[in-house]
Amino acid sequence: MRRSLFGRVWPNATAVVLFVFFVFPVYWMVTTAFKPDLDIISKTPVFIPVHGTFAHFRAAVHAAGFWTLVRNSFTVTVSAVLLSLVVALLAAFAVARMRFRGRKVFILVIMMAQMAPWEVMTISVYMIVRDQNQLDSLLPLTLFYMMMVLPFTVWTLRGFVAAVPKELEESALVDGCTRFQAFVRIVFPLLAPGLMATSLFGFITAWNEFPLVLILNKNSAQTLPLWLTQFQTNFGDDWGATMAASTLFTLPVIIVFLFLQRRAVGGLTAGAVKG
Amino acid sequence: MAAQTTGARTRPGRGRAPDAPPADHARRGGRGLGARSAPYLLILPACVATIALLGYPLVRNVIISFQDLNAFQLIQHTTQWTGFSNYTDQLSSSTFWHTVLRSVLFTLANVALIMAAGTAVGLLLNRLGKRMRLVLQLGLVLAWAMPVVAGTTVYQWLFDSQYGVVNWFLAKLDWHSMAGYNWFGHQFSTFSVITLMIVWQSVPFVALNLYAGLTTISAELFEAARMDGAGAWRTFGSVTFPILKPFFLGTTFLEVIWVFKAFTQVYALNAGGPEGSTETLPVYAFIEGVGNQHYGMGAAISTLTIVILLALMSYYFRIMLKQEDDL
Repeated sequence: MRRSLFGRVWPNATAVVLFVFFVFPVYWMVTTAFKPDLDIISKTPVFIPVHGTFAHFRAAVHAAGFWTLVRNSFTVTVSAVLLSLVVALLAAFAVARMRFRGRKVFILVIMMAQMAPWEVMTISVYMIVRDQNQLDSLLPLTLFYMMMVLPFTVWTLRGFVAAVPKELEESALVDGCTRFQAFVRIVFPLLAPGLMATSLFGFITAWNEFPLVLILNKNSAQTLPLWLTQFQTNFGDDWGATMAASTLFTLPVIIVFLFLQRRAVGGLTAGAVKG
Repeated sequence: MAAQTTGARTRPGRGRAPDAPPADHARRGGRGLGARSAPYLLILPACVATIALLGYPLVRNVIISFQDLNAFQLIQHTTQWTGFSNYTDQLSSSTFWHTVLRSVLFTLANVALIMAAGTAVGLLLNRLGKRMRLVLQLGLVLAWAMPVVAGTTVYQWLFDSQYGVVNWFLAKLDWHSMAGYNWFGHQFSTFSVITLMIVWQSVPFVALNLYAGLTTISAELFEAARMDGAGAWRTFGSVTFPILKPFFLGTTFLEVIWVFKAFTQVYALNAGGPEGSTETLPVYAFIEGVGNQHYGMGAAISTLTIVILLALMSYYFRIMLKQEDDL
């Protein structure tokens, strides 16, 4: 079938417009971060930064406590993800490979927990953490972030475990392995890519979390998202430094995401990656 | 009681998937109590975590909502019960109902835009040539990957009244009154920015997943539709939509739930301002509870919000469970 010239041109033209719409905010963030102040506040916006500068990145990195914040964010995120990986792997194995009473209920609870309204539970979480005298510390953040990513981790790992052929495990059992040995020697190595992908998604969720740290850690032990929302207040209208900080914060996520893009599409995530 | 009935249904031999392992069952039977308790030991940590870190906060939220818990009681560590008064206060206040209405309209507008735009972009992806498709996919993934918090700072900068590129652009288009316009000074304009941002963040998810779904429909179906003389609209209505109906239903509900409880976007962009005119339910609960230190009242608003969300979710699960047989 031949299409008219118009029929061939408009999809591509629309695609270009859409591409600009979706990429522009990201582009603007990165370029603003590299522009000297005069270009940032010029009457006509400078669309291509010809006089690149690292001054704003220096300002962001040298901001008070920046490296502590980076360390806090990484500590909380990585520990939460690792913890949830261990807990989830056990559960995922049970759900994927065993039939037991209450299995379906457990799956249902996990599916519902995946949509838990954390955004509106902050008051009670605050009270619980306050009762334990754990405000302004990293431990409660770690535990709650672990819980936030746990359902998704169980749900995806269950799929990965189920994808490992049962026969492999069974032949190991026949050869005299215990069920545990069969798991460690046969199933676990095959799960490695799945574990990797799942934990990276958990990383993104925990790295970006904002409402809980907003209420729990007002005074100390803050993380990068909280700092980023206050950056503007702290630095006045220093848009260059604000955008440099946003860029630094976004960088790990973009890298992880581009790496995961293929897995992200196709229903694997089913809404769990956002929010 | 739900545990009993569903538990019974998972047992093999009742029309479950053929590979529901009877062998496993037999082996377990032969191994006695230790092996029979194995699955429960494996799910135990997950259960403990869910009960302690999710179940308890939910219950606690309800408990707090029956208390008069303000700054005074918080410092004195006293508990003062008030029964349903937090609820009756809210349910009889016009602020609450205005916020509910605002939340509902906000959600409807966002979800309608997200689904319409997401579907259009997904269909477009399917029509593009290979190279152009890759370019657009890259753009979508970049927007999708952008952390919400970073997104809000960037949108504040884009819509800055003095140096923002949006105002410059609009003035360039001969809309001179937009030069120096303060987007965050009015209700409608603030909502417009929030909506634009949420749509920008959410469309990639819908579009890329729809495209993934479209690639699973065999080309012959589209071919047949075209042979029968169906236009683009008719093809969508008679082929694409019916086949992907589960996707559309599921995604719409996910987006409804997601937008309804969106907190970071609304709060980080303008903190529900100006003068609380863009407070949606989650933000209202936060500002009333934490900002004004009426924790009991805030918890009552949260509980009411959670009830609305649960109603939405139960509908979502009804849809999902109907299709999902491989539980």
